[in-house]
Amino acid sequence: MGLIDRLDAGDPRALPRLLTLIENRDPAGLSALNVLYPRGGRAHVVGITGPPGSGKSTLVAALIAAIRASGRTVAVLAIDPSSPVTGGAVLGDRIRMMELHADPGVFIRSMASRGRVGGLAPAAAGAVAALDAAGFPIILVETVGTGQDGIDIITLAQTVVVVQVPGLGDGVQAIKAGQLEVGDLLVVNKCDLPGSETLARLLRQSAEDLGTEGWDVPVLPISAATGDGLPDLLGAIDRHRSYLLASGEGDRRSSAAASAAVMTGLRAAIERRIAAGSSEAIARLLDDVAARRMTPDSAVAGLLAALDRAPGSGHPVGDQRGG
Amino acid sequence: MTQPAPAAPGRPIRVLIAKPGLDGHDRGAKVLTRALRDAGFEVVYTGLFQTPEMIASAALQEDVDVIGLSILSGAHLALFPRIMEALRARGLDDVLVVAGGTIPGEDIPVVRDMGVAAVFGPGTSFAEIVEFLREHAPARDDAA
Ligand SMILES: Nc1nc2c(ncn2[C@@H]2O[C@H](COP(=O)(O)OP(=O)(O)OP(=O)(O)O)[C@@H](O)[C@H]2O)c(=O)[nH]1
Ligand SMILES: [Mg+2]
Repeated sequence: MGLIDRLDAGDPRALPRLLTLIENRDPAGLSALNVLYPRGGRAHVVGITGPPGSGKSTLVAALIAAIRASGRTVAVLAIDPSSPVTGGAVLGDRIRMMELHADPGVFIRSMASRGRVGGLAPAAAGAVAALDAAGFPIILVETVGTGQDGIDIITLAQTVVVVQVPGLGDGVQAIKAGQLEVGDLLVVNKCDLPGSETLARLLRQSAEDLGTEGWDVPVLPISAATGDGLPDLLGAIDRHRSYLLASGEGDRRSSAAASAAVMTGLRAAIERRIAAGSSEAIARLLDDVAARRMTPDSAVAGLLAALDRAPGSGHPVGDQRGG
Repeated sequence: MTQPAPAAPGRPIRVLIAKPGLDGHDRGAKVLTRALRDAGFEVVYTGLFQTPEMIASAALQEDVDVIGLSILSGAHLALFPRIMEALRARGLDDVLVVAGGTIPGEDIPVVRDMGVAAVFGPGTSFAEIVEFLREHAPARDDAA
């Protein structure tokens, strides 16, 4: 029996296996997505982003409990960085969620960023599509702990929760740029620690400039550790979902997400084809740029021309095991 | 000490590192976790005090190739059969299970009989562990 049939039959091993195949761009995973993708589009995808150590995973664990208490099942995709040098990764987000293991209504998957910058992983969108198709009404995506540049989550989540904590950096200056702007909700976590009121006040000032017609960005003090403020947070997440559906903003975001997914995929595909193509010709181009015989732009034009000539090439070759 | 060579590009091996039982020493497990990362593995680290059910459920959802159990409490003879049983109950018979920590020599055959593929004692080099995992991680052949 194929994995999709096993998924439909309720085999608990099917979804994890499908996610692995999707993550590895295995042809079987890509063809599974052809079946799964059209089934999706129902889940509320919620991004949880914020600096390293701000309590994202602890918050996800607390949110899971609140979501379960509201009678819904929930899936989590938790992303941690891959080492750019070795390609390996320590996936540690799950530590905070281990207590939830006995609940069949909770599915948690860790994923390495595998070279992608911006807070997500190359296969994050594919994995979310599979979790969506598997029927989870709400999917939490924890990004890599990032500073200002980790804003790719807006291409995947309908609702973005930005987590901030007191005592990081020098006040608003540290948080003003980039990341706040992608937040539909701003959370001040660790409100059991000193400084959280000041931070919440500063964030409320910034939040006045954020938001869209019909949605004021709330600033919510919580403690993921004690559970303080968690019901309010889930309430605000659900309210944002209703706002998206009622206002048409949800449709606008879906179109933007679709276009971002295609562009990201296109970029990755071009990189793979370049990597699989005639490396000698590419090396010559790069040499020419380094020696200033050619501009980077001309090299790009050369590479694009080479792409037109290269035979179609798809999937990464080679396997680590048995080698 | 020499680092193991980074893995060739391709599908990284996924490993779950867990500390079953009640001893609170996770330094060894953390050091091994980082060494495996440096060798190109993707390592799900699950922390201290894991029950057999927690380990098996995480291994299932994370679809790992390998489970590494780190144990210093001396409770391996009690814990390992329960862990293996929890894995079997979820159909995870094909996952490679290895163990490290303080397991006395006379217990090693017993533990291996339970289905633990290798026991890495305190002196084992990371390179040796990496080699073993690369060689023995189960092959896969999935159809969607
Ligand atoms: N005092 C206090 N500590 C917290 C709270 N939430 C999380 N922490 C602690 O903050 C530390 C980091 O928590 P994580 O949940 O791992 O943070 P994270 O943002 O997921 O970290 P990365 O994934 O590594 O970026 C841990 O020691 C948590 O126990 C909170 O509400 N109050
Ligand atoms: Mg985390």
